[in-house]
Amino acid sequence: MRSSIRITVNGVEHDLEVEPRRLLVHALREDLGLTGTHVGCDTSSCGACTVHLDGDAVLSCTMLAVQANGRSITTVEGLATAGGLHPIQTAFHERHALQCGFCTPGMLMAGAALIEGNPEITEAEVRQGLEGNLCRCTGYQNIVDAVLVAARETARA
Amino acid sequence: MIPTKTAYTRPESIEEALATLADGARPIAGGMSLIPMMKLRLASPASLVDLSGLAELTGIAMDGSDLVIGAMTRHREVAGSALVRAQAGALADAAAGIGSPAVRNRGTIGGSLAQSDPHGDLPAVLLALGGSVEVRGASGSRTIAAADLAVGFLTTTLAADEMIVAVRLPGGAGRSAYAKFHRRAIDWSIVGAAAVIRGTTTTVALTGMAAVAVRATGFEVIVNAGGSLEEAARHAGDGTRPAEGLDGSAEYKRHLAGVLARRATEAALAR
Ligand SMILES: Cc1cc2nc3c(=O)[nH]c(=O)nc-3n(C[C@H](O)[C@H](O)[C@H](O)COP(=O)(O)OP(=O)(O)OC[C@H]3O[C@@H](n4cnc5c(N)ncnc54)[C@H](O)[C@@H]3O)c2cc1C
Ligand code: FES
Ligand code: FES
Repeated sequence: MRSSIRITVNGVEHDLEVEPRRLLVHALREDLGLTGTHVGCDTSSCGACTVHLDGDAVLSCTMLAVQANGRSITTVEGLATAGGLHPIQTAFHERHALQCGFCTPGMLMAGAALIEGNPEITEAEVRQGLEGNLCRCTGYQNIVDAVLVAARETARA
Repeated sequence: MIPTKTAYTRPESIEEALATLADGARPIAGGMSLIPMMKLRLASPASLVDLSGLAELTGIAMDGSDLVIGAMTRHREVAGSALVRAQAGALADAAAGIGSPAVRNRGTIGGSLAQSDPHGDLPAVLLALGGSVEVRGASGSRTIAAADLAVGFLTTTLAADEMIVAVRLPGGAGRSAYAKFHRRAIDWSIVGAAAVIRGTTTTVALTGMAAVAVRATGFEVIVNAGGSLEEAARHAGDGTRPAEGLDGSAEYKRHLAGVLARRATEAALAR
């Protein structure tokens, strides 16, 4: 049995026919071809699959696509605007906040949600706020730096 | 990992939700425990009823001197609520320490209590605060006190056709706190302790010391008789037989129970 759902992804409305058991991450990657969202652990432990659901960070591997019916989703592909890269993307680039890049889409989405409306966020709050996102390469230091740079940047913008 | 086939509905009225439950559907709230269980085939519900369309199930408000929290209220809302902080500090602490921001954005208070995981933080908080859950089912409404809700590993006294609609906590417990210990950032508590001070009485409940949350009776007796926290801490785990495993021996967990009971009580006293 399939369900008809309508979801807005990165500003574009999509009508999909999905099985209720279909995970949101698979709908994004396989039905919509948005492979920027990664599956790391598939067990809600790593944060690589983080997307925004109506602006809030959620794990797309631990959500059914049907639960997103009628809602608005932003994936890493939707972070940049016509005006250019999101400040967090620029900061990751400039601060070298990635090595292999596998965790990066999740880090960007978790980080962007964290600094939204919170330009004065502290380093401790950034570390705490990224606790659900694992990186096996960088040692986190540059990621934390980049999120802080981006936070201050959004205050100026 | 892909869950087994299931059907899905998202009703907009409680009556409709109850009818779906009576037909055998399983509630899905935040899905933060149920979806992982479905992936691991520890749960294979033939159909799901999503409670997120029920507006009556969300919100935080006072009802007389009680704090009432809708079952579908997300951990993030509970953690950030000034009312919860003022009336039930231990609950605000515990909700703020659950998983990561993404987990707190989806997970709910009702789902956590229904899940009844021995390492989940909220059952001990409900027990220490002397709270209860309000339940509705096809056959009517009832209230289940904290001590009567959880009966074993992932097992509650909720009937399959019942759902928690709200959590009721006697207010006035601003002087309460929760302390947990875990090894890695987003892990569940190995052990946790909720301490509540009302007048001259201290109540403490523990997470992770049995299949369900338990009172730290040994600790309470000493503190309430005017004994020192240090002495009380040595007896926090009296009578418990926590499961031994990779997360520690029973002796280690009893030690943690003392440390955390004391830490939570000191934090509550400081409020
Ligand atoms: C990475 C990770 C880390 C976590 N860390 C912690 C932690 O440190 N501490 C902690 O306490 N928890 C932790 N959790 C669990 C989290 O608190 C979940 O939110 C909770 O266990 C389940 O709540 P839910 O709303 O997601 O319920 P669901 O997963 O949707 O449902 C859980 C169960 O409850 C039933 N149910 C749901 N709502 C109702 C209702 N209203 N009435 C009757 N039955 C209902 C469902 O049928 C199911 O059996 C963690 C989860 C994850 C994924
Ligand atoms: S893939 Fe979703 S949390 Fe790891
Ligand atoms: S850059 Fe490789 S996992 Fe983070």
